Amino acid sequence: MARKDRMSGNEAVAFAIRQVNPDVMPAFPITPSTEIPQMVSTYIANGEMDTEFIPVESEHSSMSAAIGAEAAGARSLTATSSAGLALMWEELLLAASNRMPLALTLVNRTLSGPININCDHSDGMGARDTGWIQIYAENNQEAYDNFIQAYPIAEHEGVHLPIMICQDGFITSHAVENIELLEDETVKAFVGEYEPEEYLLNPGKPIAVGPYSVTNYAMEAKKNQEIALENAKDVILEVAEKFEKISGRKYGLFEEYRTEDADYIMLLIGSAAGTAKQAVDDLRKKGKKVGVIKLRVFRPFPAKELAEALKNCKAVAIMDRCESYNGNGGPLGSEVTAGLFRNKVMIEAVNYIYGLAGRDFTVEDVYDIFAELEDAIVNGKEVEQYQYVGLRK
Amino acid sequence: MRTDVHKINEQTPHQELTEGLMMFAGGTSKYFCTGEWRTNTPIFHADLCKQCLLCAPVCPDVSIPVKDGKRADFDYDHCKGCGICAKVCPFGAIEMKEGR
Repeated sequence: MARKDRMSGNEAVAFAIRQVNPDVMPAFPITPSTEIPQMVSTYIANGEMDTEFIPVESEHSSMSAAIGAEAAGARSLTATSSAGLALMWEELLLAASNRMPLALTLVNRTLSGPININCDHSDGMGARDTGWIQIYAENNQEAYDNFIQAYPIAEHEGVHLPIMICQDGFITSHAVENIELLEDETVKAFVGEYEPEEYLLNPGKPIAVGPYSVTNYAMEAKKNQEIALENAKDVILEVAEKFEKISGRKYGLFEEYRTEDADYIMLLIGSAAGTAKQAVDDLRKKGKKVGVIKLRVFRPFPAKELAEALKNCKAVAIMDRCESYNGNGGPLGSEVTAGLFRNKVMIEAVNYIYGLAGRDFTVEDVYDIFAELEDAIVNGKEVEQYQYVGLRK
Repeated sequence: MRTDVHKINEQTPHQELTEGLMMFAGGTSKYFCTGEWRTNTPIFHADLCKQCLLCAPVCPDVSIPVKDGKRADFDYDHCKGCGICAKVCPFGAIEMKEGR
């Protein structure tokens, strides 16, 4: 049944795209996501899939073309990173407000400046309020699995929203790791054919997509879009449950690692979770009650579920691989603390900024952070609530 | 998902609007009376008109109806009063007046 292989994150996603065989892929290259359209066009050239590949002149165009194709009735996708996502900004919002269930494979890279090509989450986090579903992966396996679940989530009748499948640039996208692949037929049966109810190229049933909306309609449309995003939460869990049946791999809104009796929890997104889990295993051997929560679904944001998962610990380190320049912390820090407050969970919550623009994040960093949380709780030491990890001072 | 969009109006609750405000009908722009925006109005003087039809194709809002090779009076429900027709008319058959 399943096949063991070794692949980079980009290879894994390209392989999943080949298996899903969507209808249209407009794309423009940008490091570190370039390999994805490159590999897909190789599959097409070799006759292994029949997706219509459109080489466009910019990411503004790739997202526009993906929206156009989706509105016409095709299952579409594109891939990008960093500045490419930034250039798509206007269209990202349109994809969501026009309720187009297209997919984007984002390979997270920092936004300029200073100009840099390495990993952090500033691109994805910059698009956090565009109305897209955002799912982040820890490794190549998760990037592959998440892409296979993408269309069943996005195309669900209660959702109809675009979906971003994110993986960490270079750390995940270019590192080769073991992976378990599903058979082509299993993936095709799981994802199914795209059969939209309404689409532009539908003779005799005319529609208009994205018409001008006067003030008396726009607010209601936005509320409906917000409801669809809320609906996505249950759909993501339903799809994960079905996916477990074909793969044996379990997914939720987030993963809880050794948190059951944990006094101190580190909450983070993406590849750094592997480092944090290693450090937690080391510290557990020394009798420290520590654990990790790895957030998988950032949009819709599972505020209530996270508050529930954190309510019994004494302190949480909220890790942001992104600076949001609000003077008060990173995006994850802001949203988690707001979620804790609204759910009346009053624990020590320290916001750390780490790994910007590819800066290493090590097990030693994790030891230090847990030690600091413990010092705050046990000795009452005052901890800076918003601070940088590994900053030269 | 397909609903009769003609039943939707500015009092319709959000639950009954179409997804993404999609329109399930063709040619619906004629229901949108853009003529309400007009601040200047073209007046058609049929006695001066030679039916050369230079005016009809330049109208951005298709508000000069042409039937059997002859233009009729303006469609004031959609004419925004831009005045292009008046500029293009060689015979002074279209006069712009202030107001609606």
